Amino acid sequence: MATVRFEKAQRWYPGADTPAVPGIDLEIEDGEFMVLVGPSGCGKSTTLRMLAGLEEVNSGNVYIGDRDVTKLSPKDRDIAMVFQNYALYPHMTVADNMAFALKMAKVPSEERKVRVREAAGILGLTDYLDRKPKALSGGQRQRVAMGRAIVRQPQVFLMDEPLSNLDAKMRVATRTDIAKLQADLGITTVYVTHDQIEAMTMGDRVAVMNFGELQQVDTPLSLYDRPNNRFVAGFIGSPAMNFLEGEMTDGGLRIGDYDLPVPRDVLQKATDGVVVGVRPEHFEIASDNNGIPIEVTLVEELGADAYIYGTTDVQGTPGHLVVRGLARRDVAKGSTVYVSADAERIHVFDKATEKRLN
Amino acid sequence: MTQAAPTVDVDPMGGEGQKPPRAQRFTLGSVVVRATVALLCLLWLVPTIGLLVSSFRSEEAVKEDGWWTVFASPLEFSQWTLDSYDSVIFDQGMGSAFLNSIVVTVPATIIPIMIAAFAAYAFTFMRFPGRDLLFILVVGLLVVPLQVAFVPLLRLFSQYELNGTFLAVWLAHAGFGMPLAIYILRNYMASLPHEIIESAAVDGASHFRTFWSLVVPMSVPALAAYAIFQFLWVWNDLLVALLFLGAGENEVVTINLRDLIGDLGQEWHLLTAGAFISMVLPLAVFFALQRYFVRGLTAGSVKG
Repeated sequence: MATVRFEKAQRWYPGADTPAVPGIDLEIEDGEFMVLVGPSGCGKSTTLRMLAGLEEVNSGNVYIGDRDVTKLSPKDRDIAMVFQNYALYPHMTVADNMAFALKMAKVPSEERKVRVREAAGILGLTDYLDRKPKALSGGQRQRVAMGRAIVRQPQVFLMDEPLSNLDAKMRVATRTDIAKLQADLGITTVYVTHDQIEAMTMGDRVAVMNFGELQQVDTPLSLYDRPNNRFVAGFIGSPAMNFLEGEMTDGGLRIGDYDLPVPRDVLQKATDGVVVGVRPEHFEIASDNNGIPIEVTLVEELGADAYIYGTTDVQGTPGHLVVRGLARRDVAKGSTVYVSADAERIHVFDKATEKRLN
Repeated sequence: MTQAAPTVDVDPMGGEGQKPPRAQRFTLGSVVVRATVALLCLLWLVPTIGLLVSSFRSEEAVKEDGWWTVFASPLEFSQWTLDSYDSVIFDQGMGSAFLNSIVVTVPATIIPIMIAAFAAYAFTFMRFPGRDLLFILVVGLLVVPLQVAFVPLLRLFSQYELNGTFLAVWLAHAGFGMPLAIYILRNYMASLPHEIIESAAVDGASHFRTFWSLVVPMSVPALAAYAIFQFLWVWNDLLVALLFLGAGENEVVTINLRDLIGDLGQEWHLLTAGAFISMVLPLAVFFALQRYFVRGLTAGSVKG
């Protein structure tokens, strides 16, 4: 059990023009499930690998608990890591795979057996202990990788996209399994993914990264409800948020013929215009013609609700918009509907700095 | 020109039974290909067969008429004899030369592989300044012909009075085989998934443990492939053995074979038996490890 703390930790790959991670400050509490999420190349894996000791920290510090581990080698950090491709030892049985780290730590053979059995029991691997990895399915291999981590009883779990090699159904099932397991064991976990749904469903807190920088660190719902900047707003949520631009007027924003009310004090903070973000579920299909006209190109009927995809040629709109509507309303493809935004739930961003204004 | 025969699908089961897969159907084309391959194999084997037959014939018979004459009456057992083998193994010293060859070959194969595997691991998984430069240097040594090293090596060995000892040949072969061994093994190890090595580091394994417990077992195909090459090369080598070991007590099979001819070439019938004895072990090694041999040809370039 331990906290994890990054203090201005920087990683600059030799020969690169800019640092992969210019300097990250992040504090992870004891027992917390922290998800690092971001598009590929955003530095999330590099950050994790700095914590693992697989990547050199060029400047700054990394702490596990009160220990400064910046210069320690991976084996002295008391961590366990799950890799994207599982990195199982191909010539060893499942039991030997799981016992390897314990053997390295010179745990006596009897205790090793007990701990491996225990972990195998938790993960439902008891029947497979004598098999080699190549005789296992993808899901089972993933569980062996997890098992190898949990027998260690480490201070911190590190997971680098552990689900991305699974098929969609397994991924959803394993997602909940891992989250539950982590909650049961109560071991501090740092989990890297590019999938924002994984981030939202698994994390106690989520750290959104882009260009090597932390964009926002918060609980999943706060990220969704109050994104700090335009990047986070666009990254979190599926389908993604719609961004509208328009002419600033006294009491709001004029988009084509549609007036979107925005408080005056918010508008005043803008340096160079504003961008308004509206989530698909915060659009409403207007009964009268007061709204943004969109031509429906596709309706995704999900049963419970429906997503309406449409294009619009109103100046300042992104060209196509996504609106969540009620299911089974028979919005016809090719028809034109008018949508208006819920003024209470809009996100206003500065056009130049992309920071949140309201 | 092979003409594809018009294939008429005559189905003995009548009507809609399954056709045999195309590859298994005997077309005129495939018969021609098989016949050609068989003929080529036979052609290549003729000298060896002649050698084998001659080695079981008496000296007079060998010198009187050709080996193919035996096929007129192959079952006449009085014409077969083991005299040549008897003479070669016991009188000409081929028996002890054979043992010497083993004594030379086994360490001369194991030593370079051991060292090269360590080196390849370091070149692949350890970071140290000048690593790439050093590797280029080692690979660059591949283009140096071994002949240029003979004189300096001889002088060096004579300084330590090593000439004529097994140690001298071991060292010479180890040195000459090392660049290729390091090159092949490093390329193979670089194709191993590096997450496994990182995982081992996180699991607390030292470099030494990672090497023995993970990298060596996973590199068996490349190690075996290189071992076969090095083994054959050392076993068949005459030049290095002649220079550093020479004839006499410690002579190896190839040197013994060369001396069998006799000064005037009068005893060439003994060569047949000698040649076969020298072939036995390489053949055994080849057939025992041939699956590595075939796979190993691409080891290092393609993930095996």
